[in-house]
Amino acid sequence: MSGYLIILVGAVLVNNFVLSRFLGCCPFLGVSKRTETALGMSGAVIFVMTVASAVSWCIDHWLLKPNDLDYIHTLAFILVIAALVQFIDIAMKRFLPPLHAALGIFLPLITTNCAVLGVAEINFKQQTGFGEAVFFSFAAAVGFSLALVIFSGIREKLEHADPPRCFRGVAIALVTGGLLSLAFMGFSGLVKLPY
Amino acid sequence: MITAIVCIAGIGLVASFVLAVADKYLSVQEDPRIGLVLSELPGANCGGCGFAGCDAYARALVEGTAPNGACPAGGEAVAAKIAGILGVEASATEKRVALVKCCGTRSEAIRVGDYNGICDCNVAAMTAGGDKGCVYGCLGYGACANVCPKGAISIYDGLAKVDKRLCIGCGKCVSVCPKKLIELVPSSATIHVLCNNPDKGPSVRKVCGVGCMGCHLCEKNSGGKEAGHFTFQGFLAKVNYSNPPTDEQIVAKCPAKCMSVDPLLESGH
Repeated sequence: MSGYLIILVGAVLVNNFVLSRFLGCCPFLGVSKRTETALGMSGAVIFVMTVASAVSWCIDHWLLKPNDLDYIHTLAFILVIAALVQFIDIAMKRFLPPLHAALGIFLPLITTNCAVLGVAEINFKQQTGFGEAVFFSFAAAVGFSLALVIFSGIREKLEHADPPRCFRGVAIALVTGGLLSLAFMGFSGLVKLPY
Repeated sequence: MITAIVCIAGIGLVASFVLAVADKYLSVQEDPRIGLVLSELPGANCGGCGFAGCDAYARALVEGTAPNGACPAGGEAVAAKIAGILGVEASATEKRVALVKCCGTRSEAIRVGDYNGICDCNVAAMTAGGDKGCVYGCLGYGACANVCPKGAISIYDGLAKVDKRLCIGCGKCVSVCPKKLIELVPSSATIHVLCNNPDKGPSVRKVCGVGCMGCHLCEKNSGGKEAGHFTFQGFLAKVNYSNPPTDEQIVAKCPAKCMSVDPLLESGH
């Protein structure tokens, strides 16, 4: 149990996907202008990363390992995750229209983006059990969501701020992101990390 | 090497097969009428119907949650076509066009200051209400012209003019105008009161040579109060567009010269 807690704290705070590993920076900057869209994106990322890591773990352990094909894992993961996200999109539209309306536009955006592919890669490198791998992915996605929501809150405030002209827009957002990343550095050493 | 190729190709084949099956059996059947309706709509995405673009309006139309004929740009012709697709009656809507209710040109309306800030009505209005003596009048810095999707508004002599033939009645200029003096009026109405100042006659006269003084002469000349062609807000005459006057004589008889016959058409330069 404590192992899972360490994974959670490690993935959410210490090795935050965006702010420490610098994965998933494009949605971090792209959909952080409004907190509402940031929440929608967070939901989609949590969902896709959890499912994608489960599937990529299965591909890795049942298809690639037995055939001694570890060296093409990246290619296999991209292929599987892209198809999976597409499938989820279709299925969700049919069976869960409200959820699709909320997450739908974000699903194609995160088809094998670096955060989703990154979590599969990290799982591949760590070679943990199925449960731990899926839980780590979930926790990493929660960490991504936390960073995204905090950042969107700050950016909404920034809209009303009056930075010097040369800093306006993305420039001040990048500076803010950097400061946020520095702040998250304060968590390093909080837990001894397996990851 | 061979195993790798077979493996990746296998994954690709399985994935594409699953996707193909999902697309066939799980896909949501969109009502084909949505596409048909959408192809009839103008596609300007002006938002004049109250929906977020033509696509959203087409969906609402097919679902039956939106009234047909709400599209101001398409007008009756489009409404009739859509009615044919949906099999419902078109509720007749007359085309509505924007009217700038001010005729205080630079020579007629005095300016109380020199404004040389950003050339935008909203900015000018925030700067002590603008440079025009009449606080109700058109500032002429073109906020409406900038927002118009059809380029139907242009500024002449410090005054916004709408070209009736280009106007699609989307109402964007109505909401952007800081003085709230643009109104959507039926395009068939020909007689308009071009003033927005409800103050008493003397106060109006101090700031503008062509402001409405509320003398009620237009009302009297058009058959009195019973005829109901005009309403009054303070000392400002307003045309009752549900019952517009037709006698063009009253325009010439207006002592303030703030009335006009179809000012929208004249502006087509």
